[in-house]
Amino acid sequence: MAALTREETESLIQEVLEVYPEKAKKDRAKHLMVNDKELESSKKCITSNRKSLPGVMTMRGCAYAGSKGVVWGPIKDIISISHGPIGCGQYARAGRRNYYVGTTGVDSFCEINFTSDFQEKDIVFGGDKKLAKLIREIETLFPLSKGVSIQSECPIGLIGDDIEAVAKKSALELGKPVVPVRCEGFRGVSQSLGHHIANDSVRDWIISNRDGKPFEKTPYDVAILGDYNIGGDAWASRILLEEMGLRVVAQWSGDGTLAEMVNPPPGKLNLRHCYRSMNYISRHMEEKYGIPWMEYNFFGPTKIKESLRKIASYFDDTIKAGAERVIEKYTPAMEAVIAKYKPRLQGKKVMLYVGGLRPRHVVGAYEDLGMEVVGTGYEFAHNDDYDRTIKEMGDTTLIYDDATGHELDEFVKTLKPDLIGSGIKEKYVFHKMGFPFRQMHSWDYSGPYHGYDGFAVFAKDMDLTINNPCWSMIKAPWLQPAEVAEEPQAA
Amino acid sequence: MANIMIRRGDQGYVFYMPKRDIEDSIVSIEFDTPEKWGGEIRLGNGGIYHIEPQAAPARLPYSVRARRIDGVE
Repeated sequence: MAALTREETESLIQEVLEVYPEKAKKDRAKHLMVNDKELESSKKCITSNRKSLPGVMTMRGCAYAGSKGVVWGPIKDIISISHGPIGCGQYARAGRRNYYVGTTGVDSFCEINFTSDFQEKDIVFGGDKKLAKLIREIETLFPLSKGVSIQSECPIGLIGDDIEAVAKKSALELGKPVVPVRCEGFRGVSQSLGHHIANDSVRDWIISNRDGKPFEKTPYDVAILGDYNIGGDAWASRILLEEMGLRVVAQWSGDGTLAEMVNPPPGKLNLRHCYRSMNYISRHMEEKYGIPWMEYNFFGPTKIKESLRKIASYFDDTIKAGAERVIEKYTPAMEAVIAKYKPRLQGKKVMLYVGGLRPRHVVGAYEDLGMEVVGTGYEFAHNDDYDRTIKEMGDTTLIYDDATGHELDEFVKTLKPDLIGSGIKEKYVFHKMGFPFRQMHSWDYSGPYHGYDGFAVFAKDMDLTINNPCWSMIKAPWLQPAEVAEEPQAA
Repeated sequence: MANIMIRRGDQGYVFYMPKRDIEDSIVSIEFDTPEKWGGEIRLGNGGIYHIEPQAAPARLPYSVRARRIDGVE
């Protein structure tokens, strides 16, 4: 049962749109919809992956964020240079908690900001020489790095530097892969294009390096794609796969290495957690190497069970038995988690506004805890993501694409959810409005949330947030209605 | 003309255009025999594309040039 009826939700959308000028109103109306499970496809009701309107506050990132921050950043043994002015790299440094094993600054480099620190003269005279020098310097300072990727920031595209030429020359000089990535921030409408560009650069510069070389195969080789190991997510997923008898040959790209990046082609199956950021490369591998891919979901025991069985269906009976064994092993522990937290969370309403997969993937985990998702939306999803979302969500749920600050505020005021799950940009706004809030990009510095172990953490975190006593103190005592203020004395 | 990739999904063919990141189901394909394959393809979103009729590809997914005839992008 959704919080509002269909008519109420529709009128809420109309109300929210009221403040926009005529043209903006027409445009934004296409991005908001009331869910209808009967729908086969989302196209008639929601438009996605379009340029954000100027003048409204969007929560989207840029292509550089999609490439450096999401896809390339977590590969631990290569150095990703933020090529351009210093800000992009510095303010994004270590913001995405992609955990890894290794010694930072010796053999792992995720948390360090490498940048060419563009100055005025580099803009005027070009920065290619500086880049070549920088790559040589990296080789001297960090000889254990396995390669370099050049992540372009906006000015590189604007002044037309030839980073490809520098990359080719430096790669010969170093004897290591140097990958130019044309992920200038102004490209595309959101970080989504950055994922695509990053995938394409992996395709062009990395993935074929293993071709024709020997690789010791097993029939149970799988690769984890699109798990960025936020708070240890990929590890929590990996142990389940290994427990059921599969061999995980690569983690893309959380806690991943350059050597792992070339491992999926000889593998058997590509498992993709984040559909949006890794579908390009898995399509390429499917066409070139004939490796099937499947999307899986490791949030919450119900979905994990479904996913484990679906993964096992690609393999023989030993793996199928392995999947059942894993499910059986963890079921008592999961029942205990649910028994503990469900009474505290039952019936609570959640609103989500996240990136590319979580608005639909975490729904199952909330439902396992007896909670209900009353509104969901993506920053940068495409139409096919909404096709899948419609099936996951309850009827008459509110769905919003690239929601603006105003829209989110108004939706929250009307729907009055018990919990909001979104990112850092929204967090403090809703805290100040007095709503419990969890960051669903970075797990609010907690995690992992994937896998069975992750679900226990997830349930605990949701309980800690929603049932935190601070939410009753958010209003100043003199602003509270008289009877509420007097309550402590009466008790 | 644009490159598209056709793969087999759970229910029939799936259309994908990398350039615009459009993914959709293929509702109908004009010719679908081993000797002659392609022609006009209609998508779930109402788009219509044309592939030069040719022998069916040995393996899917398959990248091919297609011409947009009608429909949304």
